[in-house]
Amino acid sequence: MTFSPQLEARFDKLLKSYPPGRQRSAMIPMLLYGQDEVGCVSGELIDEVARRVGVTPLQVNEVLSYYSMLHRQPLGKYHVQICTNISCLLHDGDKLWERACRKLGIGHKQVTADGCISLEEVECIGACSWAPAVQVNYDFHHFVKPEELDRLLDSLREKP
Amino acid sequence: MLYNEPSPLETRVLTRRFGMPNSASLDTYLATDGYQAFVKAAAMKPEQIIEEVKVSNLRGRGGAGFPAGMKWSFVPRTSPKPKYIVVNADESEPGTCKDRVLMENDPHQLIEGVLIAGLAVDAHAGYIYIRGEYRYLIEIMDRAIAEAYEKGWLGKNIRGTGFDFDLYTHTGAGAYECGEESALLESLEGKRGIPRIRPPFPAVVGAFQCPTVLNNVETYCAVPAILRDGGAAFAALGVPKAGGTKMTCLTGHVNKPGVYELRLGFPVKQMIEEVGGGIRGGKKLKAFIPGGSSCPVLTAEECEGATMDYDSMAQRKTMLGSGGVIIMDEDTCMVKAALRIMRFYAHESCGWCIPCREGTTWLRKILQRFHDGGGVREDIGLIGDIAKNMLGRTFCPLGDAAAMPTISIVEKFRQEFEDHLHGRPCPYEAAPAAVGV
Ligand SMILES: Cc1cc2nc3c(=O)[nH]c(=O)nc-3n(C[C@H](O)[C@H](O)[C@H](O)COP(=O)(O)O)c2cc1C
Ligand code: SF4
Ligand code: FES
Repeated sequence: MTFSPQLEARFDKLLKSYPPGRQRSAMIPMLLYGQDEVGCVSGELIDEVARRVGVTPLQVNEVLSYYSMLHRQPLGKYHVQICTNISCLLHDGDKLWERACRKLGIGHKQVTADGCISLEEVECIGACSWAPAVQVNYDFHHFVKPEELDRLLDSLREKP
Repeated sequence: MLYNEPSPLETRVLTRRFGMPNSASLDTYLATDGYQAFVKAAAMKPEQIIEEVKVSNLRGRGGAGFPAGMKWSFVPRTSPKPKYIVVNADESEPGTCKDRVLMENDPHQLIEGVLIAGLAVDAHAGYIYIRGEYRYLIEIMDRAIAEAYEKGWLGKNIRGTGFDFDLYTHTGAGAYECGEESALLESLEGKRGIPRIRPPFPAVVGAFQCPTVLNNVETYCAVPAILRDGGAAFAALGVPKAGGTKMTCLTGHVNKPGVYELRLGFPVKQMIEEVGGGIRGGKKLKAFIPGGSSCPVLTAEECEGATMDYDSMAQRKTMLGSGGVIIMDEDTCMVKAALRIMRFYAHESCGWCIPCREGTTWLRKILQRFHDGGGVREDIGLIGDIAKNMLGRTFCPLGDAAAMPTISIVEKFRQEFEDHLHGRPCPYEAAPAAVGV
């Protein structure tokens, strides 16, 4: 399997970051960084990471099912994560979540038909003082008002 | 970047560089006494460093409040095994968003704190375990680390001191439980985040089966100031037995939510009224959580005379926790709050031990039914019973973290559960719409 030069460099660095014989430590970071490039944790990615860190694909599978950010299926090009945990709830994060579902006609962990946007109701993302908070891929959006959410979702549709 | 205006009531020790141009750069750091504490510590004996940290009364800022100097002293310095420094930057406790601003605005302060911990316990490598969602912080830390290597503040023979240290970032991938220290170490080793049995504690058997110092981001960030200005000066900022400041995240129904650095012992009332600008819409306070959703809830009356420190909160049978303050006004439905909190723990339970795995799931279901109007009177007692049966019977503290807020809400807001008994959905939903959103 081939990756971009940047990702290859990252993988090389990771494999050198842990004590000798502990390359397995690089597995989870490699899966997450790999997913960002490949689009999901594909079977091929599992085999490749397993080979590079020196474990079996089964061992990788066992680990990856534990971590909520690792996905076996592709998400939308823009993965919209809306926090409804307590601090966001107090700022109507739950209503924001429902609004997004209604507007896009999809639910939790679903993808729009054109593959552009996926939605996920997430637990606290560490933006509690600037609630309600939304994360699009890795970008944070703070103090998100309902109209702003609408505009945000529209702008994702228009992005190249 | 800062996401809220600072408050004049802050005591700026860890945040002293916030707001300066390029506060995250090595140049700014060096121009403002950066790495001087490391230079000082490198000339000290390890025991002296640990003594200074003990004198400072620095307690762990990740939630449990364990004295940092004491933890460091448990590391068998003379063990032939390598020793490691691990930074807990998993920050996932609901209500908590302070490690984020510390890493974003002053990453070198964290690096310097880690280096000093390395000197104290003879460790030569460290890992910063950053939650996966904080990708931009991994980039910021990686950049700061690269800069430090380039200018000789990391690597071999740091600035001629003869001390070697390598520092790496490591990403999580979505799991609250991986903030628990032993689960974090499992995750760092490329495994599922299932906690380890203790003892042995990480200080003796930690990362890669070697002695390990594991602290929260904020704990390490306090260390440069302690070495620079002396442990006694840091101690004097706080209260007896707990020195320094606490990064405090005001969240919920206040006019000025934000992250503020307040001295330990700051009065709760003044914090809400003056730092937070009072309750939104002139409403009254109903409930207060001092340090993340794992802490028992206080009523407005219980907040009278309370101060933000470990002892004042312990007297009120709650905890200072992580600094994630959650403020709820009079219109808040406490059943809904309890439900949302339990949904979180049920989702995050790692499933290893039965009281937590089953208890959180049952509580989530009962609370959901209750909030939807399908509850019966017996359920109120049942919720308290299940939660009490989890307390102290789980493999790691996540079970307690789920049980404690629930028990406190059922006990202190029983009437709200009664109000939900009439076969109709939440009676509080009809309350006047919240201001703003
Ligand atoms: C379920 C659970 C989650 C935790 N999450 C975090 C976390 O995100 N960050 C953190 O620093 N400590 C967290 N802790 C506390 C750690 O186990 C540990 O006590 C702490 O990192 C030690 O550092 P300190 O002494 O500097 O606070 C968590 C504990 C539990 C039980
Ligand atoms: S208490 Fe919960 S999170 Fe901790 S080991 Fe048991 S099941 Fe896992
Ligand atoms: S509760 Fe939503 S970001 Fe923390």
